[in-house]
Amino acid sequence: MKSLLREGADLAYGYPGGAIMPIYDELYKYQDELQHVLTRHEQGAIHAAQGFARVSGKVGVCLATSGPGATNLITGIADAQIDSTPLVCITGQVASHLLGTDAFQETDVISISAPVTKWNIQVTKSEDIPGAIAKAFYIAKSGRPGPVLIDITKDAQLGTLDYTYEKCASVRSYKPVPKTNTEQLKAAAELINAAKKPFIVFGQGVILGQAEAEFKALIEKAGIPSAWTVLGLSALPTEHYLNVGMVGMHGHYGPNKLTNECDVLIAIGMRFDDRVTGSLNTYAKQAKVVHFDIDPAEIDKNVKADVAVLGDAKDTLGKILPFINQNKHDAWHNEFKKHWETELEAVINPQLKPTKEGLTMGEVINQVNKETHGDAIIVSDVGQHQMFTVRYADFTKTRSNVTSGGLGTMGFALPAAIGAKMGAPKREVVAYIGDGGYQMTCQELGTILQTGVAVKIVVLNNEYLGMVRQWQQLFFDKRYASTTMVNPDFIKLAEAYDIQATKVSKREDLAGAVKEMIASEKSYFLEVMIEKEDNVFPMVPTGACVSEVRLS
Amino acid sequence: MEELFTISVYTENNPGLLNRIATIFLKRHINIESLNVSRSEIENVHRFTIVARMSELAVKKLVGQIEKQIEVIKAYYHTDDEIIFHETALYKMGSSLLFEQREIQNVIKNSSANIVTVDPEFFVIEKTGRRKDTEELYNQLEPYGIKQFVRSGRISISKTEMNISSLLEKLK
Repeated sequence: MKSLLREGADLAYGYPGGAIMPIYDELYKYQDELQHVLTRHEQGAIHAAQGFARVSGKVGVCLATSGPGATNLITGIADAQIDSTPLVCITGQVASHLLGTDAFQETDVISISAPVTKWNIQVTKSEDIPGAIAKAFYIAKSGRPGPVLIDITKDAQLGTLDYTYEKCASVRSYKPVPKTNTEQLKAAAELINAAKKPFIVFGQGVILGQAEAEFKALIEKAGIPSAWTVLGLSALPTEHYLNVGMVGMHGHYGPNKLTNECDVLIAIGMRFDDRVTGSLNTYAKQAKVVHFDIDPAEIDKNVKADVAVLGDAKDTLGKILPFINQNKHDAWHNEFKKHWETELEAVINPQLKPTKEGLTMGEVINQVNKETHGDAIIVSDVGQHQMFTVRYADFTKTRSNVTSGGLGTMGFALPAAIGAKMGAPKREVVAYIGDGGYQMTCQELGTILQTGVAVKIVVLNNEYLGMVRQWQQLFFDKRYASTTMVNPDFIKLAEAYDIQATKVSKREDLAGAVKEMIASEKSYFLEVMIEKEDNVFPMVPTGACVSEVRLS
Repeated sequence: MEELFTISVYTENNPGLLNRIATIFLKRHINIESLNVSRSEIENVHRFTIVARMSELAVKKLVGQIEKQIEVIKAYYHTDDEIIFHETALYKMGSSLLFEQREIQNVIKNSSANIVTVDPEFFVIEKTGRRKDTEELYNQLEPYGIKQFVRSGRISISKTEMNISSLLEKLK
C-alpha cells in the first residue's frame, strides 16, 4: 500500500477474492489515502483503469485475485498493450508452496499474460514487493507505455519486512527512449522542406509524448495537412485549419485518396496498422516516408521508412522545428478541400441532415456536440457507432477520445467511461455504446450506482451487431448470421440501478433529451433508436488500396 | 527467400524470459529449430542461441521484437557464414558391439568421435561438429542399433564483435 501511494496512485479498481485478501485487508486500513473502486467484474476494473490512464496520463492500477480473477483481466491487458496504455495490475496468487499443484484458483498468470504485457513478475517473498512495484511503475509509464503485471503469492502478502522504498529510475537492460540521431533529424527536415505535397499522419504518440504544442507548431510552420488515426484523435482540435480528418478503413475521403498522391508522408507516433494502410503493396508507394516513433521496432515493421527519427515526440518535434521552413502548400491543401466537398455531399450531409425518417448515429453525435461544444471526453465502444463517433464527434482538448483501437474490445466503453470520469472529474464524459457492446459489460451500472460517478451513457440502438451486419450486407450477400439482437428494456435496466433514463425514437425528441442529459449533474442513460440498416462510409474494404476508398 | 539464421540474445537472468522469447516466435508461426541457453562471457548475463528459418526481413523484425523485451540486453542475427558453430551429439550403444562387431571401432576412430564412458552394458560416443557430421555418424552407427540418441542445440560464436560489455557500461 505504501509503495502504491509512493507512486502517486490514490485510486485503484478491483475485485477481491481469496488469494488477494491480505492486500485488501491492508487497503481497508489505508482507505483514506487510497480509494478502491469495486467493479462488478474484473474486466470492468481493468477497462476502468484504462479509461483513467488514458485521460489522466497517470498509471492505472487494478487488483484482482488469482485464477479467474486474473484471467478476467487478460482482455483489458491485451487492449492496453496494443494501445500503449500504462497500467499496473496486481494479482493475488496461491501461496508459494502450492505453486504448480493445481491448487484452488491457481492459474499460471505469468505465462498467460507474458505475450500481452510490457513486463511481468511473480513475487514470492515479502521483501521483494517494494522493488517489484517500483520497477512496475517505472516500466509501465516510461518510453512507450504499456501494461505490467505483478503476481504476488499469498504468503508474500502476509509476510513482514523492513520497509524501505526506492523509486526506480532505470533498468539496466531497458532503454525507454532511444537516442535521436541529429543527422536523421536534419534529413527529415530536408525532405519536409523539399516536399510539394507533404502529408502528415499522426497517432497516439503525440498524446503520449505530450507533444501537442510542438506538433501544432510544426504543422503550422510547415503548412502541412494533417490526418489522424483513431488513437491520435483529439491531439489536434477538430476545427484546426490543418486538420483534414481521419485515415484508414472508415477515415475521410481526402486523407485516404491523397495518401497515394502525396510526395512525402510524415508519420508521427503511429504504427501503420492494417486498418490504416489497407493493402501495403499499394500504400503510398509514390511517397518518401518519414517516420517519427519512440519504438525502434515500429520502424520498417509495416511501411519502410526513408528517414526514421527515433525519440520522444515532444523532444524530436521540438528539435526539428528550427530546421523547418515556413510554408503554405495552398494548392495542395485545396485538394483536401475538394475531396471534403465530395464527401460532404455523398456521406456527411445525408448522415447529419437525413431526409429519411429513421435517426442516424451521426445526428445524435452532432446533437451532443452542440450541447458540449466539443469540450467533453468522448468514450466509445467498438463497432459502427465507434466509427461514427470518431468521425463526427468534435474535440477541442487533447486526451479526450477514449476508445479501444488496436484490440477492438466490445464492452470497453462503459467501464472505461467510469474510469475516465474519475481521471478527469471536472469534465463531462459521454460514452457512445452500441446495443451489442453495452450488454457485454452493463453490469458496471452497479459500479455507477455504488460510486455515484456521473457518466452520460448513450446507447445507439439499431438492434443489430451493426458492423458485422454491414460486412454481411456488403461481402456475404446479406446473410445476417447471428447479428440480429433481441434486446431487453434498457430503460428499466438503467432505472433498476437508479439512473435517470430516456428513450428517443423520434427526431423531434432528440434535442430535448440530449439537453437534459448534458444538463444533468448525475449519471444519465439515453437510448436512441437508430435506423436499422445504416452503414458507415467511406470505407476501404479489407485488403483494398486506400485510394479505392468507397463512398457508398 | 527463407534461410537459416542464428539469433543470439543477451539477457538478464530471469525465469520468465525463455517463455517471452519463445512466444515471439510462436506468435509469428515460426518454428524454432534449435535452442540453447547458457551463461555468457559476462557475469550474470545469459545468452540464448536460437536457430530458425525465415526471410531476412522477418528476422530483422523478430530481433526488434526480442530486443523490446525489458530484460533483453541485445539481440543479433547471423547467417551461417558469419559464425563458427557446433552441435554435440551423444550416441548410446550396446557394449557387446565393441567385441562382436569390431569394425565399429574404425567407425568411431575415423569420425574423430570420443567414447565418453564404457559400462558393462553400454558405452556412449560423443561427437561434436556440424549437423552433417553428427548426422553422418548416426547413419554409420544405425545398422549396429543405437540405444539412445540426443543432439544439443547449436552453439555459435560470431566472427564480428557483439559488444555487450561496453553496451552494459553505457546502460549503467
